[in-house]
Parts: sequence; structure tokens; C-alpha cells
Amino acid sequence: MRRRNQRLWMIGGAATVLGLALALTLYALSDAIVLFYSPTELAQNPPEAGTHIRIGGLVEDGSVIRGEASGARFVLTDGAHTIAVSYAGPLPDLFREGQGIVAEGTFQASGEFTATTVLAKHDETYMPPEVAEALRESGRWQGEDDN
Amino acid sequence: MIAELGRFLVAIALIASVAQLLFGWRAARAGNVGPLAVATGRASAVALGTLGAAFVLLAVLFLQSDFSVGYVAANSHVDKPVFYKIAAVWGGHEGSMLLWCLLLAGVGAGLNRWGPRSDDGLRLRATAVQGGLQLLFIAFLFFASNPFDRLDPAELAGRGLNPILQDPALAMHPPMLYVGYVGLSAAFSLAAAGLIEGRGGRVLAEALRPWAVAAWAFLTAGISLGAWWAYYELGWGGWWFWDPVENASFMPWLVATALIHSAIATQRSGAFPGWTAFLALTAFSLSALGAFLVRSGVLTSVHAFALDPERGLWILVMLAVIAGGGLALFGWRASTLGRGDGFEPTSREAFIGANNLFLVVTAGVVLTGTLMPLIIDALGGRMISVGAPYFNTVATPFLALLLVFLPFAPFLPWRKAGLRPVAISLTAALWLVPASIAGLALMFAGGSIFAIAGAFVGAWAIAGAISDYQRSRGQAGLGPRLASAGRSMAHAGIGLVALGAAADSTGAPEISRSLAPGETMQVGDTILALESVTRADGANYMADSAILVATEGGRTLGRLRPERRFYPANDQNTREVAIRSGVRGDLYVSLGDPHTRGDGTVAYEVRASFNPFVWLLGLGAALIALGGLTALAGQAAHRRRPA
Repeated sequence: MRRRNQRLWMIGGAATVLGLALALTLYALSDAIVLFYSPTELAQNPPEAGTHIRIGGLVEDGSVIRGEASGARFVLTDGAHTIAVSYAGPLPDLFREGQGIVAEGTFQASGEFTATTVLAKHDETYMPPEVAEALRESGRWQGEDDN
Repeated sequence: MIAELGRFLVAIALIASVAQLLFGWRAARAGNVGPLAVATGRASAVALGTLGAAFVLLAVLFLQSDFSVGYVAANSHVDKPVFYKIAAVWGGHEGSMLLWCLLLAGVGAGLNRWGPRSDDGLRLRATAVQGGLQLLFIAFLFFASNPFDRLDPAELAGRGLNPILQDPALAMHPPMLYVGYVGLSAAFSLAAAGLIEGRGGRVLAEALRPWAVAAWAFLTAGISLGAWWAYYELGWGGWWFWDPVENASFMPWLVATALIHSAIATQRSGAFPGWTAFLALTAFSLSALGAFLVRSGVLTSVHAFALDPERGLWILVMLAVIAGGGLALFGWRASTLGRGDGFEPTSREAFIGANNLFLVVTAGVVLTGTLMPLIIDALGGRMISVGAPYFNTVATPFLALLLVFLPFAPFLPWRKAGLRPVAISLTAALWLVPASIAGLALMFAGGSIFAIAGAFVGAWAIAGAISDYQRSRGQAGLGPRLASAGRSMAHAGIGLVALGAAADSTGAPEISRSLAPGETMQVGDTILALESVTRADGANYMADSAILVATEGGRTLGRLRPERRFYPANDQNTREVAIRSGVRGDLYVSLGDPHTRGDGTVAYEVRASFNPFVWLLGLGAALIALGGLTALAGQAAHRRRPA
């Protein structure tokens, strides 16, 4: 085959696949992007009830009520505002009061947050970047490295 | 004293790398193999030797539990078992950077020793470029992540390695992964040298192929060990979460996979000379990006590492130098590599081109999703996250397409049109039989459309690989036979992983119950009875150990012993899951927190699931890595034969 024809084949094939990839990416991103809210943002500018979001903050001391087998109800705080969270699934090993966590789920019309996933980190000194940011914005950051 | 010696040795390695860069560069330019070339070799040997000695010294510091050294205090503990004291040498950031630098220097000395014999210019230039990479990373090690830094005042007991990392598979995971990541630096240096020297094509492809294949095999093993660890240690029952840290290792793997295929085409028929160089530059750049994502903590990840903005900045600058420098060099000099020879659209080159297209597009969409939260954050937008559904939607179709085309390629001739021969079409028709059976089986097992497609293409690829092996095992010569066998193994392994992922996705979700001793729960057809929970303390932890009896239809299957551990040095709980593996899959049980019921009985949270055919994934991954090593042995045997 002539070199020109070969080039046409290669460019045509690559363009088709790239176009497909672009379309899929845009489609999937429109669904899969999850916005992050701090308790303060939730209080000031709540999303529509039922929207899938992530929230993050510290688990308030004394707020955890564990379920019979798994799950819990607890309160997340960034120092300025709080939000009540209910969660039915298994809690991660590092979940505890005072710990920074991220929860994913939906904000209910009742003002409560129903979590489908709760993330706590492996490392007890680790703070999820979103939570650190939320705490800094509410002026409650107590970390050593304030930069 | 030992720590100071270690610090001194790292400084020597830094200077030796500068010498390696300068001497190698001059020697390549002078074009002679005189004293300058000898000096280049000496410098690379000194860098390797000093870093090797520094590594041993760090191990000695761990064995002595010298807690006046910050890194040892942060990652070891007097109570820690000896094996994990050694593993802790590379368990934290500083030590793992020392390992990274040691491997870089190893590649530098290796390039100088085993680089292209026929082309001293390319060999010396590659050694010089590698010296530059060493310089970057050793400077970072020495100035921003020195494992030999003293702590004042010293600690008494040490803080211990994160207990979740105290595990044999995870102890071996970073070294494997790092051999893979850093092995790709050889391909980077050779490609950069080729661009500078204006030498691409077959010489370059032949020189970088063994390095790329070896690095790729280790990368495969490292990623698999990590996934296996996540499966049994994190206690979530999953093995792949599309977490940023996992993606960080998956992207270089995808590009390295493309590279080893593209390099074959360049070596055998001269096709894609520029593309092969481009992939070689990209693969190591993505490795460095992976190091940045993992080590800087800029992304929320299930795998936690220290959040340290200063180090993040360092790595970002190094990343810009490596990726930016590599790509700029490519843009400037790519035209010197030539355009490559022509081929027909149904030749083997064309199918390798399709393979590369799918792999690189997959790497591109994974990169987009991984970096999207960072980009939006940097543009001042809201904080967002991109979840697993995105990656499943965008990546799996291309990986499935890859498997659809895969079985044909080994049967096609180089350059010429090849799909016409009736034999291939007939064989392909035979491959459809097992593929259809696998697809139908999963359809009746209640698989999603993705799972059915995955099982279909997985079985299709395996049947193709077996057919390829049967055809090629009668070849003359040990080298070609081994090379073909390696290819069939790796291709069958990919098929097995696809099949395993499809089967695994049909598993029922995890069940969580509160159980007191004597009570039972049901998982699928299996009944689990909690027999007892007893104390079983270890060297540096306290543990509750449960015994559960699994029965099915009145027949006892066995006992499972999940544990719940508490590590006082870290104030941390971990779960040690119990897994009972069978042909149909794994029964997977973990023990959670105790709680007291209203009537005063103490009950435990027990989570259990049945994960179908998980062994397919392990077998597949092992075959891929072994296939790579077998092909490598084949290449070596072929090369040793007198021409």
C-alpha cells in the first residue's frame, strides 16, 4: 500500500478512537464529578436535596451513636457549623471521634446527610486535603504546618 | 557515626552522578572510547557503590534501633519483628527515595555496562542522561528527604511503622514497583540519547527492549502485590478502587505495555521509530508523576502518605524537568529518527498500532480523571472528586477493544496484508466457542452487560493465546521458542484478568451482622457460625481472634480465624481478614468492634462476602509477569547465539 494511504488509515483510526474517548470522557465526567462541601458551605448555601455530594470535617466529640451491628449516627463539624450524618454501612477501622473524615452521600430535605461511603485514612496523623482546607477556612486549623 | 557516614556516602553519590553526566556527555561528543569513557564507567560504579553502602548502613541503623535518627524513630519500634525492621528501610518516604536512587544508579551502571555494544555514542550518551536523572533525585534525597537526618532529642521507643503496612506482601510491594518505575528510566535515557545522537529505529528499539520488558514485568508484579494486599488487608473485599495512587502506577504500566509492543515493531520492521521514542520518554515521565501524586499527598486517597508541600514542590519541579525536557527534546529532534517503513492495514504492525492506540487512550482518560480534581482546584474552582464510575465507563471499553484485536496479531505477517488466509479465520471461529460459553455463563449468573462483555473478550483472548502457543512451540531455536511462549503466557494472563474481573463483579455485596458466640449468619449457600472469640496477642499488638465455622448443607467446610488487632505504639486498629479459597471463589470474613447488647451479651460485628473466582486474577497477573520474564530470557538466548 502507498504511504499516503497508510497515513490516511492511521489518522482516520486514531481520530475515531480519540473522538470516542473524548465523548465518553465528557459524558462520564458530567455524571461522576462529585462536589465537596464543608459544614459551613452546607449551612450557608445548601445544595438541592438528593444531590450526590461529598462532605468533610471532624467527627464531633461525644456525638457518635453506633448501630447494632454496623453503621452509626454522628455529627461532623468544621468548628463553625455542624451537620448530622447517618450511615448504615461498615465504618472504617480508623473512624473515631476527633478524626478528620470524608463522607459521600446525599443531603436530605430534613437537613440530615445520608452517607453511602465514609472514608478515614490509614494514618492517624493524616488529614484529607479537603478537610484541612475546610478547617482552615473556618479558622479552626490546629495543625503544626500552617502553610 | 553510622548516620553521618551514610550522609557522606549520599553526597559522594551526588558528586559521582555529576561526573557521570559530564564525562559521559564529553565522551559521547568526542566519539572515542578513551579515558573519558573509562571515567564515565568509574563514576557510575562509584554512584552505585556508595548508594548501595548507604542503603546497608540504613538497614544497620534499623537493626540497632538507633532512634536518634529521625527516619528510624518514625518508622521503627523496639518491639518490631526483625523482618519488618528491614522492610521499614524502604517503608517510609526517605528510605523509599534512597531505594529509588540506588536503583537509578544501578540502571546507570547497567546502561554503561550492557548498553548497545555496537554504538558507543548512544551508550555513553544514555549513561550521561541517566547521570542527569540520578543528579535530580539524589539532590532531592540529600537536601529534602535525607533518611540520615538526626533527631534532637532522640526518641526512646520509636513510633513504629504504620501497622497496616506490617505485612509480607506489602513489604515486597514497594521494591517490586520501584524496580519497575526506575527500570523505565533506562528506556527514557536511551530514547533521549537516541534523539540527541539522531539515532532511532532498530538500534534504539533493540537497546531499550530488554530494559522495558524487565521493568514492565516488575511493574506488573508490584501492582498485583498492591492489589492483593488491598484485598486481604484493607478488609473491604475489593482489589481495585481506581484510587489516585493506584492510577499512578497503572498509567506507567499502560504506556510501558504500549512501549514493549511498539519497540518490537520498530525492531522487526522499522515501523513507528519516533513513536517508540515518545512512549519511552512518556513511560518514565508518568512514573515520576506517580511518585509526585503518591508522595506529595495532593489527592485524597485511600492510601495515605505524609502531607508535605515542600517535598511536593520539589517533585513537581523534577517532574517538569523530566517530562518537559523529554517532550521538548522529542519535539525538537523527532524528525531525525525518520518516518518508518510502510505496512498494510492488516499487517502485524497495523494491529500493534491499534494496540498502542487503545492503551495510550486508556492512559489518557485515566490521567484526565486523576488530575481533574487538581486542575479544577488550581483554577480556583470548587473541590471535587472523580469516582470509580468515571473510570469504569471510560477505561473499560478501550481495554475490551484491545482484547478483541489481541488474538489476531501474533498470526499476522510483518508488513504484508495478512487477514486473508483462511486458516486464521477458521481458528478465530474456534476461539468464539469458549468466548460465547463464558459470556453466556455470566449472563445466567446475573452479570451486568460490562461483565458479560468482559468474560467474552477474556475467554476470546485466552483461546487465542493457546492457539498461538500451539502454533509456535515447534519453532527452531530455544530463543524464539521462549519468546513465543512468553508472549502466549502474557496474553493468556491478560485474558484471565479480564475473566476474573468480570466474574468478581457478579459477587453479592458484603453482609454485615452482629454475632455473639453461638450465633450464625448466611453468606450465599454458606452458613457461618461464630464459635468463640479469644485474646491472641502478638509481639507488638493486642488481638481478638475469632473462630468461625463454615458449613454448607450440613457439611463442614472449615474454620476461619479473622482477627481484630490493636497496635498501642500507633494507637491504631487493624482487621486481619480470614479467607477460605476454593475453586468457585473466596469466602472472605473480617471481625469488627465488640458491642454490648441490651441483655448484657457481648457481640461482634462480623462482615462476610463470597467473592467468585478471585484466583483467576492472581493467576492472570502471575502469568503476565512470568510471561514478560520468559520473553526476556528468550531474547537473551537469541542474542547469545553466534550470528
